Amino acid sequence: MHDHIPRISAREGLVDEVKAAIGDAFLSAKDEVGEVSIDVAREKIADVLTVLRDRFEYQQLMEIAGVDYPSRPERFDVVYHLLSITKNHRLRIRVTTDEEKPVPTVTTVFPAAGWLEREVFDLFGVLFDGNPDLRRILTDYGFRGHPFRKDFPLTGYTELRYSEEQKRVVYEPVSLAQDFRNFDFLSPWEGAEYILPGDEKAQPEAPGAPTPLKADEIKK
Amino acid sequence: MTEITSDQAAAEIEVARTGATESDIANYTINFGPQHPAAHGVLRLVLELDGEIVERVDPHVGLLHRGTEKLCEYKTYLQALPYFDRLDYVSPMCQEHSFVLAIEKLMALEIPLRAQYLRVLFAELTRIKNHLLNLGSHIMDVGAMTPNLWLFELREDLMNFYERASGARMHANYFRPGGVRQDVPLKLLTDIADWLDHRLPRLFEDSISLVADNRIFKQRNVDIATVSREDALAWGFSGPMIRAAGIPWDIRKSQPYEVYDRLDFDIPVGTKGDCYDRFMVRVEEVRQSARIMKQCLNDMPEGPVATLDRKVFPPRRAEMKQSMEALIHHFKLFTEGFHVPEGEVYVATESPKGELGVYLVSDGTNKPYRVKIRPTGFSHLQAMDFMTRGHMLADVTAILGAIDIVFGEVDR
Repeated sequence: MHDHIPRISAREGLVDEVKAAIGDAFLSAKDEVGEVSIDVAREKIADVLTVLRDRFEYQQLMEIAGVDYPSRPERFDVVYHLLSITKNHRLRIRVTTDEEKPVPTVTTVFPAAGWLEREVFDLFGVLFDGNPDLRRILTDYGFRGHPFRKDFPLTGYTELRYSEEQKRVVYEPVSLAQDFRNFDFLSPWEGAEYILPGDEKAQPEAPGAPTPLKADEIKK
Repeated sequence: MTEITSDQAAAEIEVARTGATESDIANYTINFGPQHPAAHGVLRLVLELDGEIVERVDPHVGLLHRGTEKLCEYKTYLQALPYFDRLDYVSPMCQEHSFVLAIEKLMALEIPLRAQYLRVLFAELTRIKNHLLNLGSHIMDVGAMTPNLWLFELREDLMNFYERASGARMHANYFRPGGVRQDVPLKLLTDIADWLDHRLPRLFEDSISLVADNRIFKQRNVDIATVSREDALAWGFSGPMIRAAGIPWDIRKSQPYEVYDRLDFDIPVGTKGDCYDRFMVRVEEVRQSARIMKQCLNDMPEGPVATLDRKVFPPRRAEMKQSMEALIHHFKLFTEGFHVPEGEVYVATESPKGELGVYLVSDGTNKPYRVKIRPTGFSHLQAMDFMTRGHMLADVTAILGAIDIVFGEVDR
């Protein structure tokens, strides 16, 4: 065992108890590397967290994280990390959503959620229904777009500098002296699913295609 | 039947002249920062004042947002590590600690005992380093100059220890997945022991004795921004902030990592949850950290300082001169890097400011799919509004100082 990792006491049967307590809001659960995560229905998230706070003693909401999976229909995960300081346990609750469907706010359950939801809104564009103060928080005043989405380029779209002529800060489109280089070190022998540069003509054989000619069948 | 006193008449004339009613001029809004020496970085506070009483605080953060989490997604795990030094640049190694542990948890990696002791030693050294700066600047925010200068002397010593261990005074990049970058020379350990025995107690206790029982200092801090236990829990407090509110919660004790369970130390707890308690909790934590460091120095075994798994941790330079295998490993680790198995973890450690968590989602490649950093100061600063409400304008700096805030990690 890798015992130098923070040791969290196990809670036996937690998933079953939570499942019984929250009923049809429960979607699925998994227990990986000693961490329990439960997927719940988006509409019920505030009720679920209330139950977890009041009946399962998860007093603290430490974190709300957004994760973007652009290929899924509901592309965003919103992940709530709860901490119980009496049971000494951490629990992860997850809902999914997309750009339009709002997630109900949990500021009514944990006041600390206010800024955490603002952050997810700012960086991913996830809407939180009922958050009293859903403004941008980390990005610039007047910023457009949601930078932590996977389809937002790392370099962004605008850059700013102080203009000596105009005596103010000016915003301009990004111009890079050198393109951003994103090296791909994944080995093509280990299952890369793209075509290597220069290899475009070498189509892989389709399944069921005729086998290549034998040596004695070739016209001499 | 109306009798108009001369005062009322004067007020009415004033209203007629300026068009202002009393409610219009009662409250006014001022900007605190973004460039204010007591704002501890780039914080803009929009303060709504009624006279000198603060009615509402609206902190505007994000002026130092650099997109660390996004940058990490474009880097291999080893390249992403130095970004963590730059989060909370006052306590660099403690930030690395969370990330490194998250990687090791996903990879189920074991690290040698000496590496664990070295990590704890330097994590506690970092805690002292962080608290020295915070205590000093807190004292200076409320008006005393001398202790800050003395504490900076001590901090400078710690920077030198950092440099001797890792080569860098601040951004150490010393904790690596699998262990620590390199072993420390014996002379460094004896020098640290010497410093803990002689220099730290003298200078530190001297400077704290100037303020701890000082009447002016107490007037500025006692009963300022008291936070109840319930509020501390609800607002997601951690670290010295939650302990000052009277909740004995410390991840080093309750969810021990590395060798903390073998070490003997106490958790200071406040009674009232005011700024003075937060200050004194940190003062005691410096003493406890010194105690932990002494035990580390005594108990530290000999041995390797990193895992011998060459698929994770690069070989030493000398080995590369001899062995082709080592050279290949080195090349692969610094181009492709190692792959982390698919999965997700949330690992939190007790950084000097509170719980610093890393939520790491890996898709099995050599780059993290998503790194979410749980900053300590973010939740604390959010609570600034209710903590400051009803206090005087001058208390804002004391409250900010006692939160111990660094914008590198709040804004990321």
